[in-house]
Formats: sequence, structure tokens, C-alpha cells
Amino acid sequence: MAGINKSTLARKFAMALSGLFLVLFLLQHFTINFTSVVSPSTFNEISHFMGNNFVVQAILQPILIAGVVFHFVMGFVLEIKNNKARKIKYDKFNGAANSTWMSRNMIISGIVVLAFLGLHFYDFWIPEMIHKYVESHPDDPTRYYDETIAKFTGDPIRTGLYAFSFIFLMLHLLHGFASSFQSLGTKNKYQEGLGGYKSGTSRFIRKFTTAYAVVIPMGFVFIALYHYFNNL
Amino acid sequence: MKLKLKIWRQEDASAKGGFQNYDVDGIDGDMSFLEMLDVVNNDLINEGEEPIEFDHDCREGICGSCSLQINGEPHGPDRLVTTCQLHMRKFNDGDEIVIEPFRATAFPVIKDLVIDRSSFDRIQHAGGYISVNTSGNTQDANSIPIEKENADDAFYAATCIGCGACVAACKNASAMLFTSAKVSQFALLPQGEIEAHERVLNMVHQMDKEGFGNCTNTGACEIECPKGISLENIARMNREYLGASVAG
Amino acid sequence: MSVLESKIPEGPIEKKWTKHKNEINLVNPANKRNIDIIVVGTGLAGGSAAATFAELGYNVKTFCYQDSPRRAHSIAAQGGINASKNYQGDGDSDYRLFYDTVKGGDYRSREANVYRLAEVSGNIIDQCVAQGVPFAREYGGLLDNRSFGGVLVSRTFYAKGQTGQQLLLGAYSAMNRQINRGKIQAFNRHEMMDLVLVDGKARGIIARDLISGEIERHSAHAVVLASGGYGNVFYLSTNAMGSNVMAAWRAHKKGAFFANPCFTQIHPTCIPVSGDLQSKLTLMSESLRNDGRIWVPKNKKDAEAIREGKLKPTEIDEDDRDYYLERRYPAFGNLVPRDVASRAAKERCDEGYGVNKTGQAVYLDFKAAIERYGKEKAFTSGHKNPSKEEIIKLGEEVVESKYGNLFEMYEKITDQNPYKTPMMIFPAVHYTMGGLWVDYNLMTTIPGCYAAGEANFSDHGANRLGASALMQGLADGYFVLPYTIGDYLADDIRTGSIPTDTEEFETAEKEVKERIQKLFNANGKNPVDYYHKKLGKIMWNKCGMSRNEKELKEAMDEIKELREDFWANVKLTGKAEAKNQELEKAGRVADFLELGELFAKDALERNESCGGHFREEYQTEDGEALRDDENYRFVSAWEYVGNPRDAKLHKEQLEFENIELKTRSYK
Repeated sequence: MAGINKSTLARKFAMALSGLFLVLFLLQHFTINFTSVVSPSTFNEISHFMGNNFVVQAILQPILIAGVVFHFVMGFVLEIKNNKARKIKYDKFNGAANSTWMSRNMIISGIVVLAFLGLHFYDFWIPEMIHKYVESHPDDPTRYYDETIAKFTGDPIRTGLYAFSFIFLMLHLLHGFASSFQSLGTKNKYQEGLGGYKSGTSRFIRKFTTAYAVVIPMGFVFIALYHYFNNL
Repeated sequence: MKLKLKIWRQEDASAKGGFQNYDVDGIDGDMSFLEMLDVVNNDLINEGEEPIEFDHDCREGICGSCSLQINGEPHGPDRLVTTCQLHMRKFNDGDEIVIEPFRATAFPVIKDLVIDRSSFDRIQHAGGYISVNTSGNTQDANSIPIEKENADDAFYAATCIGCGACVAACKNASAMLFTSAKVSQFALLPQGEIEAHERVLNMVHQMDKEGFGNCTNTGACEIECPKGISLENIARMNREYLGASVAG
Repeated sequence: MSVLESKIPEGPIEKKWTKHKNEINLVNPANKRNIDIIVVGTGLAGGSAAATFAELGYNVKTFCYQDSPRRAHSIAAQGGINASKNYQGDGDSDYRLFYDTVKGGDYRSREANVYRLAEVSGNIIDQCVAQGVPFAREYGGLLDNRSFGGVLVSRTFYAKGQTGQQLLLGAYSAMNRQINRGKIQAFNRHEMMDLVLVDGKARGIIARDLISGEIERHSAHAVVLASGGYGNVFYLSTNAMGSNVMAAWRAHKKGAFFANPCFTQIHPTCIPVSGDLQSKLTLMSESLRNDGRIWVPKNKKDAEAIREGKLKPTEIDEDDRDYYLERRYPAFGNLVPRDVASRAAKERCDEGYGVNKTGQAVYLDFKAAIERYGKEKAFTSGHKNPSKEEIIKLGEEVVESKYGNLFEMYEKITDQNPYKTPMMIFPAVHYTMGGLWVDYNLMTTIPGCYAAGEANFSDHGANRLGASALMQGLADGYFVLPYTIGDYLADDIRTGSIPTDTEEFETAEKEVKERIQKLFNANGKNPVDYYHKKLGKIMWNKCGMSRNEKELKEAMDEIKELREDFWANVKLTGKAEAKNQELEKAGRVADFLELGELFAKDALERNESCGGHFREEYQTEDGEALRDDENYRFVSAWEYVGNPRDAKLHKEQLEFENIELKTRSYK
């Protein structure tokens, strides 16, 4: 880890890799959540497995947490360093003329997502940890679905916050996911990119990452709204 | 055409500097942006004031001297041009135009709109060359055929004029496009490939030392580059750097 | 001629250079470490020389007024660089390149120098490719060539329309390598203010740091001036805004003879002047003449209608167009040398056939080329019966691939689409063949002071062929100076470093400071540009594309008067001890005001027409240049004796042993 702060390019790689890792995690999380819409029993099964499997809990979970922490700490480090690279600011800076809002405001979308993570931990992870490791309860593999639904039932503010946060996650991914391929130096010479990229990122990567960045976060929003409206 | 100008004035590197407003009249659409500033300066001299200093030389878009941030964009609102090639027909009567120097910690202001871009030179010193002697006792120019596509890509990378618009446009003041263009030019040619690893490590190291920011792939540099240098070069440099780092 | 020793080696022309290299003195590597060389100017000649000196082991200091050596105006050369590689197998050879260059220069250059240039030309290409210069290539991976004005073979290597840029970046990269090794110290944003002589030898310069305004002393065992040409004496030219004659003129005033100042090249394909406040002219590469056809309307009333905006060029029938170059010069057509093409354009415009609002422009038309290429392309891609639209579309694509960036540039400047309507062009000052007189070793008449590239007079005679400036700059820097300077420096191995606290440096510094003070002390009536523009008008009107005795005499007087007015009334702002662009300009214009007078005097003395120098009194019945080989087969080398008009003429007689003197004919 010590070498990562060594050069701008190393930081870039680290940011891209940790981002891609989190993107992967997002897919897994989404898949599990989505089962709550289709089949509450499957949702319970998987949740129970995830919550009690030694590998998941003792190995994957710390890695995930480290990944998240690394990604946001590095995000702040980059922001601070980049600010220093232009100590005197422009009086007029027309960023919209040459780049997307998403690409210029990763720190904002990132902070919203980070704040959401706080809420998410408060809602699920901390209660879960307390439930499992602090207090002692009898093993109940069917509790997850009801507990989850309960969070959204009759709580339009929480549901709204979830939806709002996922819109920002979408904005974050719209730039970040495609960007990570560029950072890793993907060869993309023979294809024309979409959006703001003329040739920097391949058409495939552009299309795929854009679709992913919209579908997954909107899927999360859908799940939250689904449960909210189903339990009015 | 009548214009209102808001221009950064700064006595010297250590002075604080600030904006001054100027009105200019009689501007013709066929004039270049710098010729418009010539008019302002001529008026200033006639009034006994010091003219606005700005870098310029060839005035045909190739030397890379001119470097103005015009209404928040390097080289102004037009695409694929330098400030000297920007024509006043791109503006309308009565427009207010804000003119600032390119801003980056690695590009300190020398006076008014003149900046010090020697950081770019130092990046080049660190590895922007192929280590051959200039004796001419090399092999025949046609002894190594080069795939046209690679030769063309090397050429496109090599068309960089070192103006610094990429840094100026980047919200992070990153010099990745400039550095990667040079790295790419050589990496794409068999003559340059030999030292490619060492070159990319040295040039990136120097780039970081100069205090440029981190690239976050906003793509602003590519859009604002007067020579249209492609982001592909940055991807290539990332690859080269990764390869070089792994190889040690 | 005892004063002018050209030092041309004995022997047959193709052996001279090799023999000379074998016989001159060398400096051993250990001793080179104790020898310093100053190089003023970092374009192709200066940059390549500096890199090579440093590589050989000398300690080099380079000076340029730009913020980086990479910005020298060599960068703006578009078309290409000649070399007698004969890769195309079209009969090229060193001799042919030599012959073309001497003939193109209208027999006013030195045979031995030109032959050497042709001889090393191939090496330049090898060198540049090894350095990573991305020349254009064919699909087979080998280097591509194109043809240029004034020759019958394809020997021009190119990198799209940016050859100068690519070559300069090559030289700059060689410099970078030496800077990184600590062998070159680059003084950027510095201007040479004077040359310092110690015991009659060039031993250093006085320079001004353009940021702090500080006057500095720099010493060396030899000084190389590679500071470019003086085209800006015309105010409007294709030169960079900062291009100036200061270094060369300061050396001239210290004893270096100035040769053929009136030999100026007016380039035929520039974008016409659009307004009074224009600061600079833009060249369109001569390579465009490969495919573009030059014409004006055949009928005066059509030309008038065009000028008034009532008629468009595309509305004029083929039969009503006068392709005057093809008409007058059937053998070379649109590819006649630059001087011939420029004068022909002026002749048509003077006769009232000019287009553009000003009547000072002719057309350069790509319609025929687009159709020709379109048909070819359609045919080779198996499209045997293409429609007219398809032909034009394909043709435009081919033309775009060849000249795309030039067309784009044209459109940016003029707001007209050259694919759809013909370009308008007019001649503009572009290059100065004249410069400091140098011997075969490129040394001026001051021992230890060398001149290279456009700053010297040596290779192009009275007219330079296209794609030869880059060749000469790099030949001088990479392959000539590194040898010849050793011959001189061999005597300096025991000298030790030159101190700068001597009387000579003291005096020179004092003079520089006084000159600056004098500029500030003037009355402050008119800005520097006022004088520069006025000088430019005099030069263009009276010393331009055609000259006559009466006007040249007037020009000399007017320039003298203007110069006196300048020193009395110029207005400066700011301070001497700070960054001050007005002061920089003033110093340069002051020198142009002296050079201009010598220029006119030289043109007046040369009672013949040759190359870029056209005297109205000396022309044939059909308006072609009339050379006088009997009386003017010499180089005019002017010695400074106080006033430009009093300069003393020295003649270097030119001997032509390998080329028969002929009237240049491109018919």
C-alpha cells in the first residue's frame, strides 16, 4: 500500500481497481436484494448464508470494508492533491464546455454515496452486528425479509433518501465505471466511444458501463419503492 | 464590434494581481483574438500605460506560445485552434470577455497573462528523446519499415505543441495529455520502443514532481487541445507505466 | 579578393567535403570538456548544432527569446525536407539536388557549399528517423515522398503539413538528452544584445534576461549565430512576431560582413491580407501547388465583378479562366519556383485581374484534383461507373488526407470552405536568402563567430527552393558545424575559460545599457509598432517583388529619415529592469531600421534581375528576369563602417565549374 501514494498514475490504478471491485460487489448486493421482490424465502436463505458463512464474514467482509474505506479515503486524498495543483482558481471556469458534470463532481456524488453508506450501516449493518455478536438470539433464518421490509414500511423519508442516494450512485458510476477502464489503459483504438469520449473508451465499454450505471442503481431504487408501496 | 474585456493584470511573479476592465471598439470579425488585444495595447500605450503582456510568437497556431483562458476555456470557445487562430467572428457585439492566464501551480504567472511553462520542458528533459547520437552514422532511414498505422499514430501524438491547454482545461491541472503524447510518440516507433520503460517512469516521475494534479479522466483536455491529441494516448501511457512498473 | 577568403577546399566537387573533413584539425575528447560554445537561436540549425556540440563533449550554452527552444520558428515550416535519397527511383542523385538548388538559386550561390548540402541531405533523413521523427509512410512501411516547386523528381520527405515542427522537435529532443546530461545550459527567454570580441575573436555575448530585464555577460570560445532570417523588416511576413535580426546585425556592426541582404523570398501561396490591423501573414504550404491550379479570370470585367462581390469564382466557365502559370510555363506549370510564381501573380494583379476585395489575390483551385483523385479512387475500389457526386466525395476524401490540416487552417482564417470554392492566395515575404557572409566552414569574417541556417547567406543564392530551408538548417547544425568548428577550436585547448570581468565585456555591457537608456529617453510620441509598420510599407512598396532605381533611392532616404524619427520620438512604457515587451520590440525595430537601408542599397547596387531580386530595368521583352553574369556573378558582402548607406562592398566572385551558367527557364 505504501507505493500507491508514490505517483499520480499509481493512485489512478488503485482508484480504478478499488472502484471496479466495488462495482462487482454492487452487482452481488443487487442480485440478493432483488430476490426480495421475487421470492422472500430465497432472500431469507441467501441472507442467512451471507450472515453466517465464515468465509463471507471473516474474510470477504473485511476486504470489502477495506475496499470501501480505501476508495473514499483515496478519493479525498486525490481531491486535496488536485486542489493544490491549482492554488489560484479561475475567475471563470467553463467546465461544462468540455466535460460532463459527473466527471467533474465525483467528490460530490461520492460524498452523497458515503453519507448513504452511513445511513445504511445504521439501518442494517450495525443492528445486524449487534444482533449477532453482542446480544444473543436464537438462530432464526427467516427473519431477514421482514426486518428489511419493516425499514421501508410507512417511512417515506427513508425511502426517499434511499432513492436520492442511488441517483447519485448512478451519477458516480456513469463516469467512474468507464473511467476505470481508461485508467487501466484498456486498448481502445479501433472503436469510437460514446458520450464525451471521442476515442478514449471503446464503444463496448462505454455502452456496457453506461447501461450498468443506470440499471443497477435504478434497480435498487425500484426495490425500495416496491416494498414501500406494497406495504402502504 | 464593441467589447468589454475583463483582463488579469499582474506586475510580476511576486505581485498579487487582479482584474481590470477595458472597453474596446472597432473590432472586425476577420481579426484574430491577439490582433484584438493589439488594439487594446496600442490604446494603452498611447495613453502612456503599460500594455498587457501575453505570450505569442508564430501567430499561426504551431509554436504553442499563446496561452489565454478566454471565458473559462483555454484558447476560447472555438475548437482545434490556438488563441492566435481564434477569430473575433466567434464573438458578438457587446460581449463581455474574461481573459485569464492558464492557471496551474506548475505554471506560475510571470507577468499579466504570461506564464512559466518550463515544467513542460523539464518533463521532456527527463526522457523525451531517443538516445541516439546525432552523428548521422545511423542505419538507412528505410531499413526498418514501420506500419503506416503506427507511424500515423506516432505522428498524431507528436503534433502536440506544448501550449498547456490540457493542463489549463483540466479541473485537476493534470499534465497527463501532454506527457502521454510524448510517451506515445516514442513508444509507437521501433526506434523508441527500446527505452520505453525507462522513459515512461522518468517522465511520469518528473510530471509528479512538478506538482501537476491527478488525472480523473474528465476528457476536458482532449476537447480543448488545439491539436486534437487523443485520450487514447493517456490510456497508452497508463498501459506503458503499468508494464514498466511490473517489469521493475 | 583578399578580405573574403571562402576557404573552399581544392579538388573535384564530390571529394571536397570528404577531403576537407580528413584534413582539418580535431579537438580530442578530453580537451573538448574545457571548451565552451555559445549558440544563439534554437531552431533547426541552432538546436541541432547545440545538441551535436554537447554530444561531442563541448560545454554548450543556448539562448532563445522564446520560453522554450521548441518554439523557434522553424516549427512553422510546413511542406517538407529535401534529400537525394532516390527512394522513388526517379533518377535523383546528389548531383541533381545540387544542380536544382544552384539553378533554383539563379546561380548566385557557392557551388562547393551547395554540393556539400546535397551530399549530407540523405544523412539528415537517417538521423531524423533514428530520433523518432514520424515522417509520412506508405502502406508498405517505407518512407513516402512528394514533389515540390522547381524540380522534376519526388525527393521531399514530409510529416503531413507539419514537417518543420516534427524536425524541430527531433532536434529539441536531442537537446533534451544533452540538457539532462548537463552538457547544455539552456537560457530561454534571453535575448542576445551584443557580441563581445576579445583580441578580434568572438569570445562571448551580452544577453538580456527577458523576465528580469537583467543584462548578463556570457563567455565562450566560439559563438554560433543561428538566429534566423530578417523577413520581419517588412513588418508583415510569415515569420513569427519575434523573429528579428538583432543577433546578426550586432555581429555585423562588430565586423561580420552582411551578404546579399536584398535577396528575399516572396512566397507565392499565402493567405491574402485582410485588414489594416493585421499583424501577421499565414503561409499555405507550397505542396498545395502539386494539386492546386492557379488562375485568375480571363476577362477584366469578371475580375471586377468578383471584387465587387457580384460574381462567384465557381460561376466562371473553364474557358474564361486564365491558368497563367500553365500558359506561360508549360513544362513546370504550377510548380515553377517561388520567385517566378510570385512575380507572375503580381503581374496579373497589377494588370487588373486580381480577385478578393483588394484585387491583391489569385485563385488556387482544387476542383480538377478532386475530380481526378475521385475517379482514380473509384476505379481502384472497383467502382467502375461512379456518379459525379460520388467522384467528388471520394476526391474530397483523398484531398483531405493529403492537405486536410491546411484546408482546415484556411477555413479557420478566412471562413471559406476550400473544398467548395477556390482558395485565394497572394505572395508574402517568407524567407531571406541573404545573411551573414560565411566561408566554407560557416565562419563569418569575425574569427570564432559562426552563422548557420537562415542567418547565413550560403546555400540558396538568389532564391530558395521549397523544402530546402529545413535541409540547410539541419545540415549546418548536425553535419557541418560540428566538424568545422573543431578546426578553429583546436587552437583554444590551452586557453582556459574566458573571464567575463574584462574590459571588453565591461564596455560591451555598458553600450547595451546605454542603448536601452537612449530608447527610454526618446520623446515618446509614437509606439514602436508605428515605426515598424511604416518601415514595412516602405520595404514592401519599394523593395518588394519588383524594384527600380528611383524607388530604391527613395527607400534609402525614407528609411534613414524614419530611423532618425524613431530614435527621437519612440514611445516606450514600463521599465528596463523588468519584463517589457515594448522594449524588446523597440530593440529589434531599431536594428531593422538600419538593415532596411542596407537592403535597399544592396538592391540598388545589383543592376540585374536574379531570383527573388527583380529590377524592373533588367527584364526581357516578355517580362522574365535578365541576369547579368558578366558583371554581377558575385556575392555582395557589406562591411559596416558607420552608417548603413556608407557600407563598403566586398565582392566574392562565384566560380561555376560543375554547372553551366544558363538562363533559368521553366518553360
